[in-house]
Amino acid sequence: MTVTELVSYEDALTSYDPVMGLEVHVELGTKTKMFCGCATTLGAEPNTQTCPTCLGLPGALPVVNAVGVESAVRIGLALNCEIAEWCRFARKNYFYPDMPKNFQTSQYDEPIAFHGYLDVELADGEVFRVGIERAHMEEDTGKSTHIGGAAGRIHGASHSLLDYNRAGIPLIEIVTKPITGAGARAPEVARAYVAELRELIRSLGVSEARMEMGQLRCDVNVSLRPHGREAFGTRSETKNVNSLRSVERSVRFEIQRHAAVLGDGGTIVQETRHFHEDNGTTTSGRVKEEAEDYRYFPEPDLVPVAPERAWVEELRSELPELPLARRTRLREEWGISAHEMQSALNAGAIDLVVATIAEGADPAAARKWWLGELARRANEQATELAALPITPAQVARVAALVAEGSLNDKLARQTIEGVLAGEGGPDEVVEKRGLRIVSDEGALGQAVDDAIAGNPAIADKIRGGKVAAAGALVGAVMKATRGQADAARARQLILERLGAAE
Amino acid sequence: MPGITREEVAHLARLARLELTDEELDHFAGQLDDIIGAVARVADVATEDVPPTSHPLPLTNVMRPDEVRPGLTARQALSGAPAQEQQRFKVPQILGEE
Repeated sequence: MTVTELVSYEDALTSYDPVMGLEVHVELGTKTKMFCGCATTLGAEPNTQTCPTCLGLPGALPVVNAVGVESAVRIGLALNCEIAEWCRFARKNYFYPDMPKNFQTSQYDEPIAFHGYLDVELADGEVFRVGIERAHMEEDTGKSTHIGGAAGRIHGASHSLLDYNRAGIPLIEIVTKPITGAGARAPEVARAYVAELRELIRSLGVSEARMEMGQLRCDVNVSLRPHGREAFGTRSETKNVNSLRSVERSVRFEIQRHAAVLGDGGTIVQETRHFHEDNGTTTSGRVKEEAEDYRYFPEPDLVPVAPERAWVEELRSELPELPLARRTRLREEWGISAHEMQSALNAGAIDLVVATIAEGADPAAARKWWLGELARRANEQATELAALPITPAQVARVAALVAEGSLNDKLARQTIEGVLAGEGGPDEVVEKRGLRIVSDEGALGQAVDDAIAGNPAIADKIRGGKVAAAGALVGAVMKATRGQADAARARQLILERLGAAE
Repeated sequence: MPGITREEVAHLARLARLELTDEELDHFAGQLDDIIGAVARVADVATEDVPPTSHPLPLTNVMRPDEVRPGLTARQALSGAPAQEQQRFKVPQILGEE
């Protein structure tokens, strides 16, 4: 393997203009496969969800899944696409062990949806419009396990084992138009596009679109052209980039690699490449010579799909509020910046904050708890925010207890800790752990008197006008009350008793 | 009317994983050329108002509800496999050493 000396990202952008094309495969969350009634349950024992159709046995006939078609139309509409009045499936012919039929049932020149766009928002709030070339229906392949090579890699494997449970699960492939004009922000645009698409797919409820589960996979095409040139350069296609971070890194890496090759007077080979999560580089995969010779032809075993206009309009009218529009609306309602909304999105907190507000919390408090304490705990446990064992209603209750003065922040955090530890709801935890703030003047007054008596030197300073020293006595009061005192009230009492004023 | 060349037949045979001898290539190239020539005559009568036909029946939108139907057991699915391991189809090496 030849190691390419990379050109710095800045230098690459000085000389060249990047062009991208993104192909995203979304695995639909249908109960059954695209062309047969086999179950799609995740984690089933190998080869227990197959039938003659998805195994490609002789005489088997496919019938298309109605929900698969409906999902494709809804995705197309949400991407502002035109929906074909009439379209067919096609056979994409190739031999590979993961495709038992020796062809993939796909769509060729008649995709169900085409000519759309998706607006994506960058971290600073700038909106970038990504053109959508097409979205078409197809099916997934089986899963290979390579035996005998290093770390399960196909290279050096002595043989491979195939599980066809996944073969035939519906996929929607969404292809962008060439993305130009992103300049130095190309990696960020690529990431934002895949992130927005993922949100869109989830909002439609057609797939959970979890990248780590392979439910949303991205192929990243990158080419460079000298500034001012119209024609695109030769592209490389980095396959199966499976996280948002990797999408961004792979684009950045390919821009630097292409610039290095071109700068040396070399030429880019049109090929597929593999991305390596560990070091952020790509390496050469297969060269695309005749691999393109798929001899597509119309699928004779499936009749054309002709979505009725009235049905398409009905689906359009039933689309949910789309994620970017929703975030823009929520940003105004919550009074936060694009950057803050981006953090909430990245943390997977938006729906949780919305639900917490619906339970009566104010927006700032809801955001504070989910993005602060709870995000920290989710991060510690390497889990998703939504997977934490606390409900929006419980978070709203904690916020209410703080708002009414029953808890301070520290006690609220302990309450949350108790809820997460399974000790019950917030009120129960407060009760059991005795967390309610000490606001009864008698107990607090006693603690204040003790603090003054125990720290005569500090008390003198305060009497002498050094009000800032009061903090130390407040600390002593908090310590004596195990954090349950109302700190502001304690400070007030200390100053009163020592005859000092703010 | 362009037909099909011997080279194209060889290419298609390779894509279809068919091993053809030189004699077979000569033989099939001639036959396929004749067949394509015969079928090409359709173009003489198919004018612009005659759309290409891929399906003989005037049907569209034949779909099934998204309901699970019983399929094969793993044993049945694997019954025709030349080799199996760990309840999976076993296939020979896909790629050689890099």
